[in-house]
Amino acid sequence: MKLTVNGEPFEFEVEPDMPLLWVLRDELDITGPKYGCGIAQCGACTVHIDGMAVRSCSIPVGQIDGSHITTIEGLRSPNALHIVQQAWIDHQVAQCGYCQSGQIMSAVSLLESIPNPTDDQIDQGMSANLCRCGTYPRIREAIKTAAAKLNGA
Amino acid sequence: MFSDLMNEMAIKSNISDEPDTSKNVVPVNLSRRGFISGTSLFVIGVSLVGCSKAEEILIDPVPPTPAGPSPLKEVRGGDATPSLWIEIEADGKVKITCHRAEMGQQSWTSMAQITVEELEAEWDKVEIVQALGNPKYGDQNTDGSRSVRFNFHRLRVAGAAMRQMLCQAAANHWGVELSECYAEQGIVTHTPSKKTLTYGQLAEAAGNLQVPSEDQIKLKSRDEWRLIGKEISSLTVEKIVKGEGIFGQDVQRPGMVYAVISRPPQVLGKVLSYNDSDTLAVQGVLKTVELPAATVPVMFKALGGVAVIATDTWAAIQGRQALSIEWDKGPNAGFDSEAFTKVLSERTNTSGTIHRKRGDVSQAFAAAETKVTAEYQTAFFVHSPIEPPSATAEWIGGELEVWACVQDAQTTRKTISDLLSVDIEKIKVHPTWLGGAFGRKSKCDFAVEAALLSRELGKPVKVVWTREDEIQHGYYHASSVHRFEGGLDADGKCISYLNRAAFPSLTSIFNPSADEATGFEMGLGAVDVAFDVPNLQVESVKAEANVRVGWLRSVANIHTVFANQSFVAEMAVAAGRDQKDFLIELIGAPRIMDPNKDEQTQYPNYGADATEYPLDTARLTNVANRVSEMAKWGRELPKGHGLGIAVHRSFLTYVATVVEVAVDDEGNLSIPGVWVAMDAGTVVNPLHVKAQIEGGTIFGFSNALYGKISMKNGAVEQANFPDWRLLRMEEAPRTFEVEIIESNAPPAGVGEPPTPPAAPALANAIYAATGKRFRNLPIIGADDYVLPLNRTEDA
Repeated sequence: MKLTVNGEPFEFEVEPDMPLLWVLRDELDITGPKYGCGIAQCGACTVHIDGMAVRSCSIPVGQIDGSHITTIEGLRSPNALHIVQQAWIDHQVAQCGYCQSGQIMSAVSLLESIPNPTDDQIDQGMSANLCRCGTYPRIREAIKTAAAKLNGA
Repeated sequence: MFSDLMNEMAIKSNISDEPDTSKNVVPVNLSRRGFISGTSLFVIGVSLVGCSKAEEILIDPVPPTPAGPSPLKEVRGGDATPSLWIEIEADGKVKITCHRAEMGQQSWTSMAQITVEELEAEWDKVEIVQALGNPKYGDQNTDGSRSVRFNFHRLRVAGAAMRQMLCQAAANHWGVELSECYAEQGIVTHTPSKKTLTYGQLAEAAGNLQVPSEDQIKLKSRDEWRLIGKEISSLTVEKIVKGEGIFGQDVQRPGMVYAVISRPPQVLGKVLSYNDSDTLAVQGVLKTVELPAATVPVMFKALGGVAVIATDTWAAIQGRQALSIEWDKGPNAGFDSEAFTKVLSERTNTSGTIHRKRGDVSQAFAAAETKVTAEYQTAFFVHSPIEPPSATAEWIGGELEVWACVQDAQTTRKTISDLLSVDIEKIKVHPTWLGGAFGRKSKCDFAVEAALLSRELGKPVKVVWTREDEIQHGYYHASSVHRFEGGLDADGKCISYLNRAAFPSLTSIFNPSADEATGFEMGLGAVDVAFDVPNLQVESVKAEANVRVGWLRSVANIHTVFANQSFVAEMAVAAGRDQKDFLIELIGAPRIMDPNKDEQTQYPNYGADATEYPLDTARLTNVANRVSEMAKWGRELPKGHGLGIAVHRSFLTYVATVVEVAVDDEGNLSIPGVWVAMDAGTVVNPLHVKAQIEGGTIFGFSNALYGKISMKNGAVEQANFPDWRLLRMEEAPRTFEVEIIESNAPPAGVGEPPTPPAAPALANAIYAATGKRFRNLPIIGADDYVLPLNRTEDA
């Protein structure tokens, strides 16, 4: 099977029902996407497949052979953090940080579909990403800051 | 990526006298004097990499006088010998050792702020080295909200001592008096001549000097602080947003195999027999291993069961699903958590062990004009950090190395040594970053599992806990029943207060005969109620443990403060008074309150000296008043809205919380606003203290609304997020205002104190909005989406 992950091509042999998350983590040593529940309920494993945010723990890799994957490690450009990553630093969002790669990947996807989201739209778009440290209020503010920057404010 | 981890976690040169070659660090001279280990010298690795002025490094040919033992080994808080905490390299890089676990509370940042403040190094030259578990650091048990409290003084001393040694090295080099030299931001200056030398240039020479004693050094005064008390950015956040943090689940070792374990559903259950033929047919599964069953006391022992060993996590999970195991359910198979609560409720009708007694509650209650009684019940709760536990163990030539997301690497090391009968000197435990912990990861059962399996298999093994494992094999926050009797006089003043508590003790995991809350646990909110009531009594009654009971963020304060702050609001209603006014009046005149002045009381005060950390009701009242102002208590509210307040001191910190809720006719609940005032004494980093207040409050809401764990036939009924629920983004308050009270008092706890007032403030707000008093937690549970306004068991 083949995948392009963060611009780098990979070829590997695994069972086609192995979820993408475990391919990334155990086979390709890409550990930014995290395991949290294994059933697409917490969002810690969120990555982009061909530009769309998905829960990698519940996507059998056989279904996405040949896809382009972006993980948190590949979000930034060579010289600068993504605006959303920078907003996360500006607002000191992270506490333990374990869920934050998934939060950031979801936020990037949200802002791609809704460039200037309201509070309600943020809540709806981020509802499926759980955080036990309780960083939600800061995530909300960081998304607004990122939106303003992406919109050229 | 793993080599980064190895670098971060490299043992310092004062453990092994080998220089760290992984970062091209080389000894500067062949005698390797700079790497001499032992107690007499402090040790500085000197790196030439990136240093364009290597020729300027000072190497004193002979130390002026042979250095003696460090006089800072036993300062307040423990060993403050600079070499234990600080390493300065020739290029000026400053490595600070953090001996506490980093789990989101920013111990890396705060420990470094304290040390570097006194060291006077440049903040942007600081790197953190995560310490391994080792008694030389003193206490490493990162719970109890005490990393700053325990280490504030000694880390300042360590930093100041090193600063002075750097100045002394410069003075020696210039042949001038120490008093003519001062250090600032990584540079030592000779005041009369304006000559300067950098810390990097001085490091080697300073390392050979005698460590000064505490009375020879001078700590900076508070107005000289440039780091402590300042909003310094987290030292972890940049790695986190790049996905570069290494957590327990992320550890990888060459040749590693993965293990997922099927554990007995009941604590002390055992494998009778098992069939692994379907398991071994799963692609990637290598073998199965039966683990020894846990014995009494369960402590941090592995629970037993059958481990599935595979080439990757997914195969191990699939293999476990295919296992067929016949269990001996053991002595806890009859446990039913709902029936247990009924038993506890029954027992609170009768008097029990008295933990605090003032006056005569029976007489005063009998004579009271108005009698208020109420019973509060809370379910078991579970920690559920988003990172489930994970540990990786590797045996090489009779030596064991463990990487794990543990809150206490030192106890992990000791536990593995004891349980596996391995010489402790042959064990290294590296704490990784912790993807949340909340008390779960101070229990190292998962690291014991990894050590057992690695020894059995003779190769590196990563034990992965799934979410189901985390929820079903936890150390649960005790379920509880609290009964109250309050007597009011004709003026509506509280004259009698009785709290009788029933909850299983967390000491039961160490002492199987523990069948009642201990004095230590009753001192977490029950004994230390700061109420000025002439007749007051606090009691506990029997409550056995049939599951592993453990501490969870703020421990018994959670259920106790939910209960007593709800009860105060109920008494206020009975008295026809405003809740906030009644509460502040109940706390009474400003005074130092010592519960031990009452009969039969032994109040532990979180292990702190009551002179240094008195229970000061003025500070309690101050946060209550302040939060009322912030929330504009008493303002007119829209229909369906209500405000609730709660105030409590825990972990030596005073917190008051006001919650605003909105409830519609169908019972849909939202939390539009939260206001919190906290007095934690001296605060090292207000930015991250605010984050702990936000997170700790939301943690409290999540448990209070949804967090039920129940057991039937001794087994946990919940398994994963559909049936065990966390608060979500859309439920988080949109207004969240925090005030940290300016204080010169010694530093107190921060991580836990915001949690206890959250639940009662929420319940009191719901009452204000709806007239419905919820006395049982969780209020909603995992299956419902609206407040059960018609539920009968509460009222």
